Amino acid sequence: MEKHWKSVISRSVCDYFFDHQRKASSPEDIPPVIATPHHYLISVYRSSMFFVAVCTTEVAPLFVVEFLHRVVDTFEDYFSECTESIIKEHYVVVYELLDEMLDNGFPLATESNILKELIKPPNILRTIANTVTGKSNVSSTLPSGQLSNIPWRRTGVKYTNNEAYFDMIEEVDAIIDKSGSTVCAEIQGYIDCCIKLSGMPDLSLSFVNPRLFDDVSFHPCVRFKRWESERVLSFIPPDGNFRLMSYHIGSQSIVAIPVYVRHSLCLRESGSGGRLDITLGPKQTLGRTIENVVLEIPMPKSVLNCGLVTNQGKYTFDPVSKLLVWEVGRIDVTKLPNIRGTISLQSGSPPVEANPSINVS
Amino acid sequence: MLDSNKDNLKLEAMKRIIGMVAKGREASDLFPAVVKNVVSKNIEVKKLVYVYLVRYAEEQQDLALLSISTFQRALKDPNQLIRASALRVLSSIRVTMIVPIVMLAIKDAAADMSPYVRKTAAHAIPKLYSLDQDQKEELIQVLEKLLYDKTTLVVGSAVMAFEEVCPERIDLIHKNFRKLCSLLVDVDEWGQVVIINMLTRYARSQFTDPNLQDVDEDEESKRPFYEDENEVDEEQQEKRAPTLDPDHRLLLRSAKPLLQSRNAAVVLSVAQLYHHTAPRSEVHQVAKAMIRLLRSHREVQDIVLTSIAATATRRKVMFEPFLKSFFVRSSDATHIKLLKLEILTSLATESSVGIILRELQTYVAAHDPPFVAAAIQAIGRCASNIKEVTDTCLNGLVSLLSNKDQAVVAESVVVIKKLLQTQPSAHREIIIQMAKLVDSVTVPQARASILWLLGEYSERVPKIAPDVLRKMAKTFTSEEDIVKLQVMTLAVKLCLTNPKQTKLLCQYVLQLAKYDQNYDLRDRARFLRHIIFPADAESGGPTRLSKQAKKIFLAPKPAPVPESHFKDREQFQLGSLSHYINTKANGYQELPPFPLEAPDPKARDVETEPQVMEQAPLFTAKKVSSKKDSKFYSDTESPEDESEEDENSSDEDDDDDEEEEDSSSDKDEEEDDNEDEESSGLEEKLPKKVVKSNAKPKSDEEEEEDESDEDDSSSESVSDSDSEDESSEPSSVPKKQTRNAKPAKESTPVVKPKSNLDLLLDLDDVSPAFTPIMTPSLGGFLTPMSTPSSQVKTQLFPDIQV
Repeated sequence: MEKHWKSVISRSVCDYFFDHQRKASSPEDIPPVIATPHHYLISVYRSSMFFVAVCTTEVAPLFVVEFLHRVVDTFEDYFSECTESIIKEHYVVVYELLDEMLDNGFPLATESNILKELIKPPNILRTIANTVTGKSNVSSTLPSGQLSNIPWRRTGVKYTNNEAYFDMIEEVDAIIDKSGSTVCAEIQGYIDCCIKLSGMPDLSLSFVNPRLFDDVSFHPCVRFKRWESERVLSFIPPDGNFRLMSYHIGSQSIVAIPVYVRHSLCLRESGSGGRLDITLGPKQTLGRTIENVVLEIPMPKSVLNCGLVTNQGKYTFDPVSKLLVWEVGRIDVTKLPNIRGTISLQSGSPPVEANPSINVS
Repeated sequence: MLDSNKDNLKLEAMKRIIGMVAKGREASDLFPAVVKNVVSKNIEVKKLVYVYLVRYAEEQQDLALLSISTFQRALKDPNQLIRASALRVLSSIRVTMIVPIVMLAIKDAAADMSPYVRKTAAHAIPKLYSLDQDQKEELIQVLEKLLYDKTTLVVGSAVMAFEEVCPERIDLIHKNFRKLCSLLVDVDEWGQVVIINMLTRYARSQFTDPNLQDVDEDEESKRPFYEDENEVDEEQQEKRAPTLDPDHRLLLRSAKPLLQSRNAAVVLSVAQLYHHTAPRSEVHQVAKAMIRLLRSHREVQDIVLTSIAATATRRKVMFEPFLKSFFVRSSDATHIKLLKLEILTSLATESSVGIILRELQTYVAAHDPPFVAAAIQAIGRCASNIKEVTDTCLNGLVSLLSNKDQAVVAESVVVIKKLLQTQPSAHREIIIQMAKLVDSVTVPQARASILWLLGEYSERVPKIAPDVLRKMAKTFTSEEDIVKLQVMTLAVKLCLTNPKQTKLLCQYVLQLAKYDQNYDLRDRARFLRHIIFPADAESGGPTRLSKQAKKIFLAPKPAPVPESHFKDREQFQLGSLSHYINTKANGYQELPPFPLEAPDPKARDVETEPQVMEQAPLFTAKKVSSKKDSKFYSDTESPEDESEEDENSSDEDDDDDEEEEDSSSDKDEEEDDNEDEESSGLEEKLPKKVVKSNAKPKSDEEEEEDESDEDDSSSESVSDSDSEDESSEPSSVPKKQTRNAKPAKESTPVVKPKSNLDLLLDLDDVSPAFTPIMTPSLGGFLTPMSTPSSQVKTQLFPDIQV
């Protein structure tokens, strides 16, 4: 699928991209910017699709990357997921969206609230209604938000139930060395909101200990000045789902890691192969249970297969990507989850130590 | 179907056509049929026709003209959306014949009541410019008007148009500079990026270099006491840069909050603004925000890391506190790993090198060949940059020599060679060990390095060197070109130091090389022969050249200085495309150097108030000034607002209160403006403003607290969030606190080289099935393919003028 703005560029520029794609071992390895003799291809990789933008002149690459991500975000927002088939199915909406989002290479309207007023998101009910009544899904009136100083919120929002939900999501990233001591750990947190309030509400959100946030980024609706002076989040929210702020607590502060992993892994090619024994346990959880634990181990290339036994959850091993995934589920303190068994190795390969990386969510 | 009367059928047909366009199939033969539908009443059909028109109008110019009158009518439509989209399509049709029509339309639209239409007009300007360059002068006039616009919506697009049409007309900015700075926070994200980039160039041309006085000071003089102070104090205590223009200060200050934008592009553009224009003591403020971006998408990470790598070579101290953020995760993509390594090595200092080396040791055990190679090179760079650890590194590298992995060994050999060069002191054991490796190592790079090393330090290993040469002479024909070159060099060097044993061997090697397929080899052989064995020439006796042969070949060579290949990127603007690809991109504008004397700052004083009011209708001006407060009023939505306010009666009081505030703040701002006009310096004004903005939110808060429940904060440790809607009852606001701990822990067991070796030794009998891959190396070394040959060339003939 292609769309041109400034001038028509032949599809063949993509060949450069495909060349790089062929060379790269994994889709993640493709450089985001590819320079060709006359054009520059800037690509992002999201949900196993590539979105490639072609530019001819100097432009900040992050500008384009960020825009492409925004486009994908919008698609996800519209179609609830963004896959190849869905884009093919809704190509007209996609085209209309792109037309609204970019004008002559400059972003026009990227706030989903505004776009949704210009172009109504598809849903089954509306599709049926449209076919019956012959109405279109393009609105005929101009969204007023575009004209106001609150470009992210549309007017005339009405709800019978006024609700506001806040989700706090925190991710802890840590690198832990073999002996179990933390090399570095950092927290990345987000506050996601789902706000369904009538009119033009003005909210403020205060924190018990705002000093913890030393590095934050906000949705444009948040007033910077108020945050700087009082550490209060004051904002007029957009309608619906959005990410209010994200924060990062750096490696300087101490981060409590909720789980520990005890592992013994040895790979020898004598006999049947190596042995693996991993035990998970909770650590500093303040009484909460830990759920949805998933453990991933990228195995070295020489591993052929794994014959493992778990006392909880189930594991899968993908012989192509050599990825061992163990879905543990909830950690029970009385019976610690454990996985053990043998690993069969291709003979003749030098063993490489595996990097068990653990994803807990 | 397009000729049918029913909109439904038309729509269906248009959708199919658009589908064809989207797939890149040719659909231009349908043009006449489609153009007829441009008058369609159905908005969706119309939109799709527009899309089609824009795509194919260039090819069917005559037919496209048929549609123009429709657009002209639409330009007068009372609905601003239709006006805007008509202008957008009209200007997107690339047909030269309609240039005058578009010109007129742009002029009209630029004076339109609706900011949205004005924004579209700003977008249309570069389009028309690319269509017909002759219109430049007229366009600039329109653009000048648009730049005066005070609506945040318009300003971003106007600056974008300015950048495309006439970036050299910096004089247009003078009058708008202060306005742009104050509006910056409220412009949309994309506009912010463009404006900041433009203002960076502006600052470089209009303000003097803030770092001029302390150029001789060592890079990054740390001034920790500045960090904790708020800006006002900083301003007053800013004694180091007394010449910092108040406007320059204003620019930096207004850009600073944008570091907290969610848009990575905005953050990076602020970072580059600071990097290029801020006084040295303030640049470090951006580091934290840049580190935060590292948690974003892969592509963003890559670009930000590139920028950091370039910055880190010059400003080490800036990123030092964040060293651990650059530790590699096993889940990173390869090119991100490489960039992180690059940054780690350039950040290494005496104090931090220990941690870094420990990390690097772990990386060597990873199973990602290019990454491992880069890690080894990184060790080498640390070793040569920091003298204290050189020996430790060298020992570590030597132990890697017995690694089973060919690629690891090869890379270590190359790095050791470079390290030994920097260290004139004897490392006899290492050389001997390397010499033994000649039999096993197959990577040509590594073989070449070993041979060069033997030749260079042959007097330290007098017995081994000739032996190796003998072996190499035997296998000469089957070697790679770079190895052959090194064999010759070795032969010649040995021939000079130890002619008794090796003269014949040398002759033999040169003879072989004379008939090699590679002309470079043949050239070299002939050349060497004439220097070493002048007897072949007619003159008979030793020529002057051959007398000097020893001096030529065994002259002490300067050691290579490994440095970051990000060093040469300084010339490009940080974060630009040219910077990323490290070549000049099409349309790149150089950052001008700071002028020695600042141009007249008076140029930025605003005295054109009445003109602005003429173009921007009253309500826009009001809006701009009220935007700092919470509420806003715009023309179209006020009726709706009122109806809602009736419903939520509690809101109304609030609104009224704030309205009063608005008006008062309006006055305040007008006063500010007056002050602005009168006094060219802003220093007096700025602190006041800060105080005001402090006072205002407080009153806001009081109101809110009256109405809403106290924000009860729960006992949870980190932070909890409650929200109250002013209008709704507290009970109807469900509190949902989902606390998802999502720690992604990656444990990368540190395997010390020795334990790894033990593992490897168990498998000694198995021949490695792993094919070594040499990849372009990181870390400031020359790329592998060219390294030895080019180095040898330059090193062989240090005084070629003989």
